[in-house]
Amino acid sequence: MTEPLLSLKDLSIAYKVGAHDTIAVEGATFDVQPGSIVGLVGESGCGKTTLARSLTRVLAANARIAGGEAVFCGQDIVALSERAMNGLRWREIAFIPQSAMNSLDPVYTVGSQLAEVLTRRGGMARAAARKRSEELFEWVGIETNRLGDYPHQFSGGMRQRVAIALALALDPKLIIADEPVTALDVIVQRQILDQLRELKERLGISVILVTHDISVVAYVCDRVVVMYAGRVVETGPMAATLTAPAHPYTMGLRNAFPDLAGAAGELTPIEGSPPDLANPPAGCRFAPRCPFAEARCRTDAPELLPYEGDHLAACHRIAEAEALRARAVASETWEIPA
Amino acid sequence: MRDTQDPPLIKLEAAELHFPVGGILAQLQGRSTVVKAVDGVTFELHRGESVGLLGESGCGKTSTGRMLVRLDKATGGRVEFDGEDISALSGDALKRFRSRVQLIFQNPFEALNPRFTIRDVLAEPLENARIPKAEHEDRILRAMALVKLGDATQFMDRYPHQLSGGQLQRIVMARALILEPEFVVADEPVSMLDVSVRAGVLNVFRDVRAKTGITAIYISHDLALVRYVCERTIVMYLGRIVEDGPTEDIVANPLHPYTQALVAAVPVPHPDQSHEPLPIGRGAPDPRNPPSGCTFRDRCPRAFDRCAVEAPGPTRIQNRIVHCHLHAPET
Amino acid sequence: MMGSIRLPLHDPLAVIGLGIYLFFIFMAVFAPYIATHDPNEILFTSEFALAADLTPGTEGYILGTTTLGRDIFSQIVWGARSALLIGLTAAFMVALIGSIVGIVAGYFGGWVDTVLMRLADVAFGIPFLPFVIVLAAFLEPSIWNVVIAMALVLWRDTGRVIRSQTLTLRNRVYVEAARVSGSSDLKIILRHIAPNVLPLSFLYGSIAIGWAILTEASISFLGFGDPDSISWGYMLQDAFASQALSKGSYYWFVPPGFLIILIVSAGFFISRGYEQILFPKLDR
Repeated sequence: MTEPLLSLKDLSIAYKVGAHDTIAVEGATFDVQPGSIVGLVGESGCGKTTLARSLTRVLAANARIAGGEAVFCGQDIVALSERAMNGLRWREIAFIPQSAMNSLDPVYTVGSQLAEVLTRRGGMARAAARKRSEELFEWVGIETNRLGDYPHQFSGGMRQRVAIALALALDPKLIIADEPVTALDVIVQRQILDQLRELKERLGISVILVTHDISVVAYVCDRVVVMYAGRVVETGPMAATLTAPAHPYTMGLRNAFPDLAGAAGELTPIEGSPPDLANPPAGCRFAPRCPFAEARCRTDAPELLPYEGDHLAACHRIAEAEALRARAVASETWEIPA
Repeated sequence: MRDTQDPPLIKLEAAELHFPVGGILAQLQGRSTVVKAVDGVTFELHRGESVGLLGESGCGKTSTGRMLVRLDKATGGRVEFDGEDISALSGDALKRFRSRVQLIFQNPFEALNPRFTIRDVLAEPLENARIPKAEHEDRILRAMALVKLGDATQFMDRYPHQLSGGQLQRIVMARALILEPEFVVADEPVSMLDVSVRAGVLNVFRDVRAKTGITAIYISHDLALVRYVCERTIVMYLGRIVEDGPTEDIVANPLHPYTQALVAAVPVPHPDQSHEPLPIGRGAPDPRNPPSGCTFRDRCPRAFDRCAVEAPGPTRIQNRIVHCHLHAPET
Repeated sequence: MMGSIRLPLHDPLAVIGLGIYLFFIFMAVFAPYIATHDPNEILFTSEFALAADLTPGTEGYILGTTTLGRDIFSQIVWGARSALLIGLTAAFMVALIGSIVGIVAGYFGGWVDTVLMRLADVAFGIPFLPFVIVLAAFLEPSIWNVVIAMALVLWRDTGRVIRSQTLTLRNRVYVEAARVSGSSDLKIILRHIAPNVLPLSFLYGSIAIGWAILTEASISFLGFGDPDSISWGYMLQDAFASQALSKGSYYWFVPPGFLIILIVSAGFFISRGYEQILFPKLDR
């Protein structure tokens, strides 16, 4: 295996709410290889967005990285000075927000916003910046004559392309995309995902794609990291993880997704809702909703252990995964666990 | 499109919903234009049918839904419910209509007054329908049981912010169903919910249909979800219907080029899937300035001369209706 | 649902403001018992001379007497009555008219909105103090006419603000939900809109208290006030006309001036409390 581009080890992030800390992300560990798209999947509040943002060290005022490390190209992002981190942002690690409208300034043309990034942060001359802007627009599939347009003149999908162009401006090695297609219609969503994949292949960049949609993961990702209630519960190659999940939560997610390619079968919800992170249950956090939970699941937190090769899962019953998978397909299995 | 002898419960005839854009000044100067949110939509719904209204944002699906429950009045054409033109309703007739037709809102986090307890929320329609106070408790409990809110008494006196998204959406559904309406419009009821609870709310929707035989329209941008709850689907594009037929047929064999792109674009949760480029041009529909003729022609890979001059009318192909010149009989 | 009419007891300054009001209300209600003399009575000394310009403390006149021989302390006490009467009725009318106009305009929109807001524009064009003076003089100078004149002008701010608040509320999803479930316009206004705009009415009402008292003081000071009722503004005018400043009779004009400042500030303290109920994010 090649040297990973980014390697997280036991990364924890805490929010200060009132007098005490809420751990939003606990002991996150995974790698991002160069030239790969890693899907970070989970429900709202599972910590995926917090984790992704922490990699640019742009966090809410009451949040802090509470422990662990995130080694990017040999340097630990967590330990970096603010000045050094600032040098890394955009040049090495770029960010695409969920809604590009929030990251674009409505009173400047998108061309001048691109030019500003290129000249101010990239140190380019104006003429070179102009050329680069045109190149970036071509990459993301927007006609170059639209550089003179204002953000509001673009449709949602086009704006998201502009956001991608902005992220690519300084040739980063890693792009962190926070639900970049969630707000878009399926056709535009597909086109943006195609774009991301093409850029990955052409430029060899890596992408961490935060999403709640395993269909999106199935379409573009090489690897997947599944989070639940602040913890990584499963990580592995996309195909292996989605076809043969080793964690009951991932099995449940798969059941809950409608599938246009298959028959119009049953959809099975996971009963209950995620725990309150201010007061998480002991043991495995999924145990209260898990149909396969045993006594030890409610007392001991399972570790992330290898299932097959580099496919890992945090489940006490990982050895029985195949049998559990067979049972998980039936919707009766998921009726409220006693 | 069942061939039933019964009169349809819902009937739209060239229904239009146009909004003027630009202020008073623009109107005075004659610069004003209209956005045609719904532009000549015709379809019928029979009792017990469940129909998906499918399309991208801005296609007019939500506007059609709002028109059907008379949150907006049609600006042209006819919208009929049970043989009556609903645009003309007022006073007591409108009140009766309100108890027979309901809407399930998209965002459960905004659809409930934060100052109201769940009991207050559910009592409001009962008060409006002048149901005696003594029956309220019972009706509320029944509605909550219908949406499978297990231990109803535990929720009654809570406020919306104390409930999860899935629970809130069930309350929103309970409010819509408490008066036992005959027709309900569900506007993307699960799009704001987490994946793991989505299926639960959809199952409730299906069970309610099975139990009450309610006629329903399910508005969504997601064909995979529509397929799960509706036997028939109407696909809309820029305020017009492009295709109308049984959901399974549309999924298996879409006829309109737009539907074909839409079906191809729906992501599936499998590793092995086609990565073919979509059969559709880039760009986005602009409701303020739609192309002449067929509004889809600027993105259509198979558009030809006729598409620019003439809007395609309905063509019936077996049990489907398609609005596309490719399928039109030679004229 | 009762949250909207609660008093702002969480904010220390607002509590101080409420305390000041309680003090003045007590003073106004029990004025006949607190006051040592009739405020309009011309008093005489034990030597049967006019009790003019007596310094505080002499002959039992707590704050001394005026040039015309009236008891300053008693005038101060009775002045609280007119101040509160004017302040509270003006505030009530401003809040009431403004809320009704704002809710009706915002909720129904269309031509109703256009007509009411053009009326507000007209009200904005009226120079406040001259209008009040002219109207009070025209109708005859009485406290009530001053209040009416103020209410006719000051509703404009409340109306405008409440209209814009109503506009955002009207399009809330839960208001649409109420419409779909068959609630009438009146019911929606009373149950879903009014509880959300009431704190705003109170905010503008509490600001209007200060304005009304200040305005009445100004009018009285300029000599257009009600000659039959004692107000702090009238006292200032009396002191000014009698050249109290050059005589160094600070005991005469400092107390009413101070009390005007105190009661007006109290109104603003309370409005600050309502502001925090309305816009909790303003809190740094």
